[in-house]
Amino acid sequence: MTVADKPVPVPTPVTRPFWEGTKEGELRVQKCDACGKHIFYPRPGCPFCGAADPSWVVATGRARLESYVINHLPGPGFKDDVPYVIAIVTLEEGPRMMTNLVGVDPDPAKLTLDMPLEVVFEERGDQVLPKFRPVEVKA
Amino acid sequence: MKPGEIAIVGAAETELGALPEMTELDLHADAARRALADAGLTLADVDGLTSAVHSPIDVAHYLGITPSWYDGTSVGGCSFLVHVRHAAAAIAAGLCSTVVVIHGESGRSQKGRIPRQRGADSMAGQFELPYGVVAPPNTFTLPAMRYLHDTGQTIEQLANVAAVQSQWADGNPRASRGTAKTVDEILSAKMIAWPFTKSMCCVVTDGGGALVLTSRERASDLKRPPVYVLGTGEACDSPIVSQMEDLTRSKGFRRASAAAFAEAGITVGDVDHLMVYDAFAHLPMYGLEDLGFVGRGEAGAFIEEGNTAPGGKLPMNTSGGGLCYTHTGMYGMFAMQESVRQLRREAFKQVENVHTSVVQGVGGMFTAAATLVLSDRLP
Repeated sequence: MTVADKPVPVPTPVTRPFWEGTKEGELRVQKCDACGKHIFYPRPGCPFCGAADPSWVVATGRARLESYVINHLPGPGFKDDVPYVIAIVTLEEGPRMMTNLVGVDPDPAKLTLDMPLEVVFEERGDQVLPKFRPVEVKA
Repeated sequence: MKPGEIAIVGAAETELGALPEMTELDLHADAARRALADAGLTLADVDGLTSAVHSPIDVAHYLGITPSWYDGTSVGGCSFLVHVRHAAAAIAAGLCSTVVVIHGESGRSQKGRIPRQRGADSMAGQFELPYGVVAPPNTFTLPAMRYLHDTGQTIEQLANVAAVQSQWADGNPRASRGTAKTVDEILSAKMIAWPFTKSMCCVVTDGGGALVLTSRERASDLKRPPVYVLGTGEACDSPIVSQMEDLTRSKGFRRASAAAFAEAGITVGDVDHLMVYDAFAHLPMYGLEDLGFVGRGEAGAFIEEGNTAPGGKLPMNTSGGGLCYTHTGMYGMFAMQESVRQLRREAFKQVENVHTSVVQGVGGMFTAAATLVLSDRLP
């Protein structure tokens, strides 16, 4: 299996700013101009207050580990990757997203809930995916 | 619908397990014929039909009937509970008189399937599938670590859900996993998505089932003891698991059950028997807490104390559930069938004095939910 076999996201008009952002090394999320809340996944209106046309902002890329599994049942194209960590992370701005953790062993002893993470970007076909790695603890 | 106005007057399952000679449409047809035979009715009596994934029109035409009411609501495994709710309302409103709620799925043999793939431009295709998920074993399970962490419960308690349910399935020749297992055996099974081993994930089978619903008045003329629909609820949360309102609580479970309990005019203390959709071992724990049978973080200990086991005060998932009995992919029909069996005194492991049974269903990855309150007695 090669990377080419792995699923590649196809942007839509509403999500395109997100995927243009990852190519620029930016994690972009929407922010509602009316209620001020950050929004993910991208939508044409704010799911919290109903206001139309939320703005796009660049997130810090800092997050914490919300929940995870160590996956042994590979998805399409992931046969050589097992076991790998599928995680839900919570961005500093509030929204949650699914991702993979990289730069850490797939070992429960190394995966502490709420551990600090930072975004990294990895090419996938003609797109770039946001993934997360543990933040180096400075001595 | 008023509580008890509508009754389940026929219920049956097909053969279960590996049925490679049957397509999904064949399983629908077989289930419908068996349930109608159970009710002492024929296809000529049916003027309403429901099915999920497969169009109710496809199913009706395959059966050779022309219903005047149908519902194809397709929201995953709880679709059939939703169908019972909608059918009860339709009968009460006079839109039809006799509805057959049908499920048939070739989850194991994959015969006659309608493709269920999500496009690469869908929200799941953009924000979940690229991360190597194979829904549901590594998607539905994702909230569990946060749930255990925040509620102070353990992986051993999670495994014990499967151990207790294996006691209910023990010896049942219709159960896919019909042997009692210990917590150690469950924890040492093949790892699927840590912390979930294969024994903490549902079986994958072929099968079907159907229910026949009609009015209370008509039910009194039929041969089987009626099972009355006292209350129903339906609800929703997020289409993708990372966006569910709270990873440690099911909004769908709470809303659907609140609606069903209010309509039935009951509280948790009135419930004699409980089915909670258990595609994975954490779901019964969420169910006990979200429906209010126990406090937050108390489900694991409640199960450990034997309360849901054979002989316990709240028998739960008494067929062995999706973890042990059967799970075609959309399990909700089989949860309802076990409630009907218990209320008709014909279950493989019959519980004494069951009069009020609650069925809690889920669809997608905590995406949809529905609840039924059923009874052998009129309120």
